[in-house]
Amino acid sequence: MAGSIISVKHLVKIYKMGDFEVHALRGINLDIEPREFVAIMGASGSGKSTFMNILGCLDVPTSGEYFLDGVEVGKLDRDELAGLRNLKLGFVFQAFNLLPRTTALENVELPLLYSSKLNSVQRREKAMEALNAVGLAERAQHYSNQLSGGQQQRVAIARSLVNDPVMILADEPTGNLDTRTSVEVMEIFQNLNGRGITVVLVTHEMDIAQFAERNVVFKDGRINKIVKVEDRKIASDELPKIPVLADELES
Amino acid sequence: MNLLNIMKISYRSLGRNKLRSFLTMLGIIIGVAAVIAMLAIGQGASNAVKQQIAGLGTNMLIVFPFASTQGGVHYQAGSTSRLKESDVEAIRDQCPAVEYVTPITRVVTQIIAGTENWRTNVFGAYPNYEHIRNWPVSSGSYFTSQDERDAAKVCLVGQTVAKNLFGEGSVPIGATIQIRNLPFKIIGVLTSKGQNANGDDQDDIVIAPFSTVQKKLQGTIYAGAIFASAISSAAVPVASEEITQLLRDRHQLRPWDPNDFTVRTQTEIASTADATTKTMTLLLASIAGISLIVGGIGIMNIMLVSVTERTREIGIRMAVGARGGDVLTQFLIEALTLSFAGGLIGIVLGVLTSEFVSNLQRWPIVISPESIGLAFTFAAMIGIFFGWYPARKAANLNPIEALRYE
Repeated sequence: MAGSIISVKHLVKIYKMGDFEVHALRGINLDIEPREFVAIMGASGSGKSTFMNILGCLDVPTSGEYFLDGVEVGKLDRDELAGLRNLKLGFVFQAFNLLPRTTALENVELPLLYSSKLNSVQRREKAMEALNAVGLAERAQHYSNQLSGGQQQRVAIARSLVNDPVMILADEPTGNLDTRTSVEVMEIFQNLNGRGITVVLVTHEMDIAQFAERNVVFKDGRINKIVKVEDRKIASDELPKIPVLADELES
Repeated sequence: MNLLNIMKISYRSLGRNKLRSFLTMLGIIIGVAAVIAMLAIGQGASNAVKQQIAGLGTNMLIVFPFASTQGGVHYQAGSTSRLKESDVEAIRDQCPAVEYVTPITRVVTQIIAGTENWRTNVFGAYPNYEHIRNWPVSSGSYFTSQDERDAAKVCLVGQTVAKNLFGEGSVPIGATIQIRNLPFKIIGVLTSKGQNANGDDQDDIVIAPFSTVQKKLQGTIYAGAIFASAISSAAVPVASEEITQLLRDRHQLRPWDPNDFTVRTQTEIASTADATTKTMTLLLASIAGISLIVGGIGIMNIMLVSVTERTREIGIRMAVGARGGDVLTQFLIEALTLSFAGGLIGIVLGVLTSEFVSNLQRWPIVISPESIGLAFTFAAMIGIFFGWYPARKAANLNPIEALRYE
């Protein structure tokens, strides 16, 4: 489809493990529109992680076509894929994946070091802007191990959006977080989505998927069903309903 | 790719592991310091030997009478000298490559000054001995050709003799010493030459006119040896050939007779000594070079461990857009920085060590820019060589697997 930010046709991925062939993806067709918020769901081994890796330009399909913002990804080499990841995509991982012994600010600056022609002052400004967007500006000089899980994930989100990507890919971003922090993170994603960034989220939690507009369910390397979320949850409305653990302990 | 940014990344990551970075550098530091110190000590020794040899007199040739055979009995070399003053005159007149020539004779005897006495070498030579051996007086003057013709009882004394007969720092010009009961007037004190390559004290000497020593102390017509100097160091072999031919003719040797003398040049002695010190320098430098290579392997070891340990970090970097080349450059710069910094610290340490050894052992050292350049270049090359493989390994990681690495 012409206006799609992601357009996938007959996508197949086969891993060769010695004599075995593992068919991770058996022909995926999917279009994602700009400004969409999509959740990809499925059990372990359903192929959703493989699909994410291909969407994230970390891996290339065995066959089929993948257009990202009009670029055919399957024809690119390693370095071109890296360039695409740097400029068009932002990643958020389940395990946060911040650099150890590095400040929040330096972590956020990381993508800028590999691409832009910004000088160090401009780079710093941009990274602070991104940290501001996730509400962590005052933690800029803290080292990653001095931050809580939720804060680390917010730094990771700031890092993913520092280069103004067209799309943020989040792989189980709430997997290591408690309920309240998860919703806080979803609030950030919904805010960013509201600002016009496409968000694609992989999760196996039903209630997290309810924050998206559309759910794509994978099963055995195929898309089982695509569901438009009725009654979509809005994180800023949900947050007051969740009790704060610390408050409860104090009262 | 922005090299400046990559360098920033490298330095941040080295700074995060300060102790490990330092320990890795230590191998290179010690290696470079060892190479510089060893070369400095070796070249110092070599220079000292060269200076001592030059101190014997530049362009110098010595003719010794050879061991002669009489009735099948070999006599000690020089014991039956057949070198005469007329040989010296012939060399002077007929050998164009020879600048100065003098007969030499030597008496070992007790000399007396007042109540002091001292056993020393009394040499007899022409006044041109000064030029042949490049040995001026520090005070007074050399005897003259007139003294030579008159067999005058005048002499020059070396520093050691002056010190032992007249006391430390004395200048006994005009004093009289008894040599075999003959009074000799001291007209000059020689400059100090120190020890020769054999460790003998060259200043333990008295020099008098050849005719005086020959006629008044020895009573012989032969010279113990002939000292000559060539017109230039390049002419030494020519002079040697000319002298050999002339003396063979004069001694009426048939073509199949062996020489009854031998001509030795300083170049021969110098090249032997030089070869010895060169071998020593090479030995020391190769030991130091081995330690430099061990240091390089240390860098490779740490960089390899570092690549494995930082697999996840590399995965993260690749996920946010680092190209293989970026990662390669980062690790290469880390390795290079370690070896460069190690090299620089090693140079400082090597120079300090050399100075320390020089002060402690009174060893003459020569720190040449070449040895510093050599050690540093070698260290940098080791950084590239041993940094390349780990950097390559890091750059070729698959980002998905690297991200999953625990």
